[in-house]
Order: sequence, then structure tokens, then C-alpha cells
Amino acid sequence: MRVYWQILRNEFQTLFRAKWVLGYGLIFLLLTDTLFRFSGGGTEVWVSVSNIMLLLIPIISLIYGILYIYQSRDYLELLLTQPVNRSTLFWGLYTGISAPLTVAFIIGSALPIGWHGGLASGSASQLFFVLALGSLLTFIFVGLGFVMGLYFYDDKIKGFGFSIVIWLFMAVIYDGLIMVIIFMFGDYSLETSVIFITMLNPMDIARILILMEFDISALMGYSGAVFNRFFGSNLGILVSGGMLVLWLAVPSWVGLRIFNRKDF
Amino acid sequence: MERTMMMNPFLISQFRTRHLTTLMSVICLLFLPLLTVAQSSSSEEGKVGLSKLALAIEEADSGATLLLEPETYAINELQINKPVTIDGQNRAVLDIGGEGYGLIVKGDHITLKNFEIRNSGFGFMDDYAAILVEDSRNILIENLTLTNNFFGIFVAKSEKVEVLNNTIISNAERQTTSGNGVHIWYSKDVEVHQNEITGHRDGMYFEFVEGSMITGNNVYSNIRYGLHFMYSDDCSYIGNEFRDNISGVAVMYTKNVIMRHNRFVQNWGANRYGLLLKEINDSVIEFNRFDTNSVGIYSEASNRVQIERNEFYNNGTAIRMMANGVDNRIVKNNFINNVFEVSTNSRSNFNHYEGNYWSQYEGYDLDRDGVGDVEHRPVRLFSLLAERQPLALIMLRSLMAGLLDTAERVFPVLTPKNLVDLKPVMEPIQ
Amino acid sequence: MIRINNLKKAFGPHQVLKGMDLNIPAGQATGVVGPNGAGKTTLIKTLLGLVKSDSGDIIINNIQLNGNYDYRRQIGYMPQQARYPEQMIVSELLSFIEDLRGDEAVFKEQLIKEFNLEPELHKQLRILSGGNKQKVGATLAMMFNPSILFFDEPTAGLDPRSSFIFKERIQKEKVAGKTMLITSHIMSELEQLVDHVIFILEGEIKYYGRIDDLLKENRQERLEGAIAKMMEEPA
Repeated sequence: MRVYWQILRNEFQTLFRAKWVLGYGLIFLLLTDTLFRFSGGGTEVWVSVSNIMLLLIPIISLIYGILYIYQSRDYLELLLTQPVNRSTLFWGLYTGISAPLTVAFIIGSALPIGWHGGLASGSASQLFFVLALGSLLTFIFVGLGFVMGLYFYDDKIKGFGFSIVIWLFMAVIYDGLIMVIIFMFGDYSLETSVIFITMLNPMDIARILILMEFDISALMGYSGAVFNRFFGSNLGILVSGGMLVLWLAVPSWVGLRIFNRKDF
Repeated sequence: MERTMMMNPFLISQFRTRHLTTLMSVICLLFLPLLTVAQSSSSEEGKVGLSKLALAIEEADSGATLLLEPETYAINELQINKPVTIDGQNRAVLDIGGEGYGLIVKGDHITLKNFEIRNSGFGFMDDYAAILVEDSRNILIENLTLTNNFFGIFVAKSEKVEVLNNTIISNAERQTTSGNGVHIWYSKDVEVHQNEITGHRDGMYFEFVEGSMITGNNVYSNIRYGLHFMYSDDCSYIGNEFRDNISGVAVMYTKNVIMRHNRFVQNWGANRYGLLLKEINDSVIEFNRFDTNSVGIYSEASNRVQIERNEFYNNGTAIRMMANGVDNRIVKNNFINNVFEVSTNSRSNFNHYEGNYWSQYEGYDLDRDGVGDVEHRPVRLFSLLAERQPLALIMLRSLMAGLLDTAERVFPVLTPKNLVDLKPVMEPIQ
Repeated sequence: MIRINNLKKAFGPHQVLKGMDLNIPAGQATGVVGPNGAGKTTLIKTLLGLVKSDSGDIIINNIQLNGNYDYRRQIGYMPQQARYPEQMIVSELLSFIEDLRGDEAVFKEQLIKEFNLEPELHKQLRILSGGNKQKVGATLAMMFNPSILFFDEPTAGLDPRSSFIFKERIQKEKVAGKTMLITSHIMSELEQLVDHVIFILEGEIKYYGRIDDLLKENRQERLEGAIAKMMEEPA
């Protein structure tokens, strides 16, 4: 445990010394601040923050996860020659990178509340929701980046290439395919399968959780029974939340496995 | 005030009927209490089968006020056909016992106030109501609590009926076994103010009603429409709130309607609308707030409706404007935080949109005159797709949907080319 | 002590260690030589647990390696290329590793002084010269006073003065009875530092024994000649 905290602390120090994490937080700070100025601090602020978050966090976290592995090969080797458990080292590095990104995101998004006179009533839960989801996404995609970096340890071009492809796939292509399915086979009862398919993509899951928080009035306009049961009750939240946690667990577990068996 | 009344409760008699098992007492107050007693006791035996209340009404002089004791009276289809005031003093309860109508009002200058009526019968053929007002004039129904009735107040073929400050509550579960809270048919100059109506089929239902005024009512959680009217010209609806009614509000086949300062809130679900307009012509919808509805306003075959200075906030679709209506004007409204601002079913547009605030507007105002320098197209391509395949809604907020919308905004191919707001304002209108 | 039995390791189709056996008693200083790609670095990394062997046993100071890590407390390692987190300051790096291990860095001050690292202590690692980074690496390897030391091409980036200081230090460690493995391409250097030599060719140990014996066997004056001669022989 002591070793874990040492690594974590060192990651925090190193990351915050590298100014770009501050820049990353600053993006969210400027975003929320601007939104507060233009729309007065209600729900709209958190809707917009969540939109940007859905776009920005996965790609930044993914790229940073893989970049970190590539940049710190020697550092990794140095640590691995010390009397340190590989698993401890892995968790230290993983959380040591995800956590500062998360902190930058949370502080950046929440700080403007301070000088804009607090939260509008009823948006405290929305704020919490958006921040929690953003944090979860950060951990998930840093984890994916780690997996890519460790898997393509000696081939950076391939690693980056595949990461971009994965992001593109999750962010655009996957949704495009779902749209195609919906419009090609719209005559069949697709609800269950489409919901199932969307639940396999973490970016879609996060997006759907946001829909449930902010756009439920539009979703409820659709009369599908499965759809309504899914989005109209806690079932949707539970399933989506569960799947997202699975997406958190699986990449980090795979990453750990590769890390434990890897030759450095 | 035709006569001065004195309050002197007096027990007249006790008896049982087949329907009524409760002990009842009616207090009839006349100018001279002694006279009251004499009248009551003299006619008592000749009118077997009539309840005490019925007797009291029978014996009351025109214009008299009957004060009810603070207790429960069993009633059933009790006729009131002369000008009297029945005052329950806020504590009397009239129990219909689950069969037939409660009070049947047929007359002029009749006032009912300050009591509770409960447990009307319900039927598939008859519209049993707590209060039926028929062929009447100058009726005032005030401060009543109507609980667990099939219909609450049913007004037919009457004039100058005022329904004021009542609480009308039922616990309807199915549309077939529930009636409307306030139901008005073939009447003129009706006033419905400050009532609370919940748990009925339609909160308020008007058919063939003219020149009426409906204000300040709070209508919520009814299992069909909060407000439902047809063929009811020249009526005004002001300052009412319609919340969480299963199908929102639906108004049809009517002209010269004025709706101002109403709130249409939280009508969620498939085919639920804050306000559904069907063949509504030459009407005004102003200063209303549409908040968190699946659809704010759904307009079908409605013409020359002025939709101005309303707030559309947080709706699935703010306005769904079917193309079979023309010359509607949508001006100076605030569209804030709706998923879809306007949707329609055609590439043609014969309505006018101008000077609204659209929170989805992406333009700019370089000359700083408060009006955006480029037009706003409130119809998103994605709303069209969701229309054809509602399941596509699951793709809301995806990058994919955003790309489609942006492409469509730049080169409109599928959305109506001329459905634009040429003067979108930059700040919400106060 | 280090004992290796039938150690095998392949990277993909390429068999890097082909069943190695080795027994290095405690307190022995041993040079590891062989052409590029013979498996020297892989051998050291396997001993450190950086590389996982495919089969075979490794026993270090009576501890059998099986994915455990605490035995590394007894090993100091100086890598071939010393590269460290660039943003870190030298003194921070040293105390970070100190905190990480929770051991007392008994020779820290002494090594800093010997290697003349004081002026570099408050610099970020990215602006350090290659030689100075090497010295930091050497400090990290030796400051905990471990009983086993691995040096992988230790003098490659050092100027003659630093190289001299470094070799002095190695001598001291040798006298102190450390078990040492040193890889180097500079045979003259090895002759100064170690008594035993392992010659590895294509993943196999071709020779393991005293340098004196090797020279005698091959009738050579210098180690360089003896090794060169061995490399010419058909495998």
C-alpha cells in the first residue's frame, strides 16, 4: 500500500508539473465559465458540458494513456527493477494518470460555480452526475490507452493508429452502423437488440446515461414498450451503469494481465 | 339577499329509507325559527321517502339559504329547482353512497357552497355526477370538495354558470370507469375559476360552450386530458396550470380561443402533448409556459393562430407543426433547452417564424443589434429521422446525429427550406 | 549467489536463451561478454524479473524466482541506457526511489560526492548530459548497498575521468564482497574489474570460468584476443 501511494503521489507531481494537464483543466474551466455567462447557470450549462465531455474525454484519455506508456518505458523499467510488485505498480500508474486528469476535469468544470454565485436549484444532482460520468470515462479510456500501449509496446505507430481507429469506431462508425440497422430493418421489432448493441459501446452508454438525465422528455415521446421500460424506470440507469463499470473493469484487468506477463 | 337568515340549527326528524341508512339532520333557518319548526313538523309525515335535505329544499322559500349541520347526509339524485343557497359551512358532507347522481340542479339563481359531496355512482350509459346542472341559469358552485365521484360537475344546456374555488378529486384508474372533473356541454357564459382538479378522466371538458372564461385552475394527474374542448368558440383560458395529465391538453374544432399565462408542464410519454391543437382557427396563444413535455404544442390543421411570447423549456419537441395548417405566426417565443425545437411532416411551410430566441441557434451578431446576423433553421434533420424511425432517438446527442444535422443545416435537402427564423434574437426575451 | 538451471527464453520465433546453466557463488565479480544480440542483456533482465523466462529455474540468494519481487531488494541494477522521467529533479528521483523501497540509502551522500553529482542535484533530468545520467543510474544501483550488482555497459557514456572514478568504486564494491555481473564490450576494462568471465554466443554459454584459465587455454595475453578467437571458431 505504501508503495502504491508513493507511485500515485509521484504521478500527481509529475503530471501537474507538465503544464498540459493544467491546460486540459483550463479547457473545462473556460467552457463552464462561458456557459455560465451565456446561459445563466441552469441545466443548459451541464447539458453543454456533458456534450463536450462526451467528445473530449475519451480521445484525450485514450491518447494520454497510450502516450504515457510510450513515454515512460525507461521509467517503467527503473521501477520494475525495484522490489515492487508488478500489480501494485500497474494500479499505481493507472490511477496515478487517470486521477490527475479526473481532478483537472472536475476542478475545471466546477470552479466557475464559485464566482458565478453557486448552482441553480436542482442542478446540484446534474453537476454530480456529469462529473461522475466524466470521471468514469477518464478511467475507462486511460485504461484502454494502457492496454493499447502495452499490447503494441514496441510499435508506436500501430498503437496510435489502432487507438485512433478505436476512437473513431466508437464515436462515429459504431453509431452509423446502428443507424443503418435501424433504418434497414426498421420493420422488425428491434428495440431490444438495438438497446443491447448500444450497451456494448462505452461512449454510447455514457451518451445514453446523459440522455436519461437531460432528454428524457424526448425519449418518452416514443411509444416502444421495451424502450419505455428501459428509459422510464431505473432499469436503464442500472443496466447502463453496470455496463459502464464492466467497461471500467475489463480494460484495466486486461491491462494488468498484459503488464504482469510482459517482458520489458 | 332577499331575506335575513338566522342560524339556529334544529333537528327536524329521523327516519330510514331503503337507500339511506345514515342519521340525517337538516336545519332550516327562516326568519322566525319557530315558524321553521312548525312548517317542518307539519309536512313531515305527508312526504314519506324524501330525505330531510329534500324536505328542507322543498319547504324553503325562494331565495332562502339552507345551512347544513356539520355531519354526513346521505343523498341521491336530490333535485334543486328553486332559487336557494345551500351552505355546508365547510363541514357538511353529502354522501351519494355509490349510486346515481348527487345533486340535480334545474333552476335559476341557485348557489351551492362550502360542503363536500362524495361517492357518486358510475355507469357505462349514464354520466353520473356529483352535481348535474341542467337547463339552468345563474348558478354558482363555490368552495365545494368533490371526492371520489364519476363526474364532478356536469353542466348541460345552461347559462351563466360559475364554478369557483372547488376541489375536485377522484382516483380514476381507467378511462372507462372514470368521468370528467368539470364537464360542460351546450352552455354559454360559463366561468370556471380557481379549481383544483385531479384524478378524473378529463380535468375539464367543454363541448359546444360559448363565451366562457376559465382562469386560475390547477389541473393535474388526470388520466386523459387536463383540458379538453371542442366546438367552444370565444372562450378564454388564463393562468391555469395543466400538469402531468396523461395526454396533456387537447383542444379541437374551435375558433377565437385565447390562451394566456397558462402552464403546460410535465406531460410525458408517447402521444402526449402539452397542448394539442386540432382545427383551431384565429386564436391567440400568448405568455404560456411549456415545460418538460414530450411535445410542447402539437398543431394540426390549425390556421391563423398567433403563438407569441411563450416559453418552451426543456421539451422533447417544442412545437410540432403539421403542414396542413397555414398562416400561423410563431413570434417572440423563447425556445430553451428543447431537444427538437420545431418538427414538421413536410418540406413545405406556410407559417411564419420570426424574432424568437432559440437556444440551439449557432449564429452570431456582429452588428450588435440583438438580432442574429444569419437565419436559424429550427428543424433538425435528426427529428425527421426520428419521425420515420422513432428508435433512432437512441442516437440522440451522438456525433453521428450532430454531423447529419450540421450537413443538413448547410445544405437543406430533407428539411423545409423556408422554415426559417430570419431574425432570431440573441438573448431570451423577458 | 546466483544459480540458473536450463533457462530458456524466446521472443517470438527467436530463441534468445537456449537452456542456460550457471552457478555464480556469492562475492564473485563476473564479466559477461559476447557479440551484439547474444543474449547478455536478456540474461540480466531475466534475473531481474523484467523478462519472464519460458522455462528453467533461477535462484538468487536462496530465493527461487516465481514472479516474486522482494528478492530485488538485494540487487542493484544500472541499465545500459539511463533514461528517467524528464520532468523530475535528480534529488527528487533519488528520494522517490528511497521512499518507494523504504530502505535507507546508506551510500547516497557518498556516491553523490564521489561522482561529483552535487551541482546536478537540482536540475531536471532532461537537461542532464548522458554521462551525468549514467552516474545517476550508478548511484541508484549502489546507494542501498545491495549484495548483488548488475552493470549493463556501465562505462559506455562516461568521460575518462568519470570512467576512472566509476571503476574505483567497483573495485571497492568488489572488495566489500559483492556479487557482480558486468557486461561490457571493452575487454581491457573487464580485465581490470572481474576475475571470471561468461562468454555467451547465440543464447548459449560457450565459456564460463576464470579469465586466467581462459587466457592460458587460448594461449593469449589479453582477454580481447581470447574472445575474438572463440568467436571465430565454428559453433
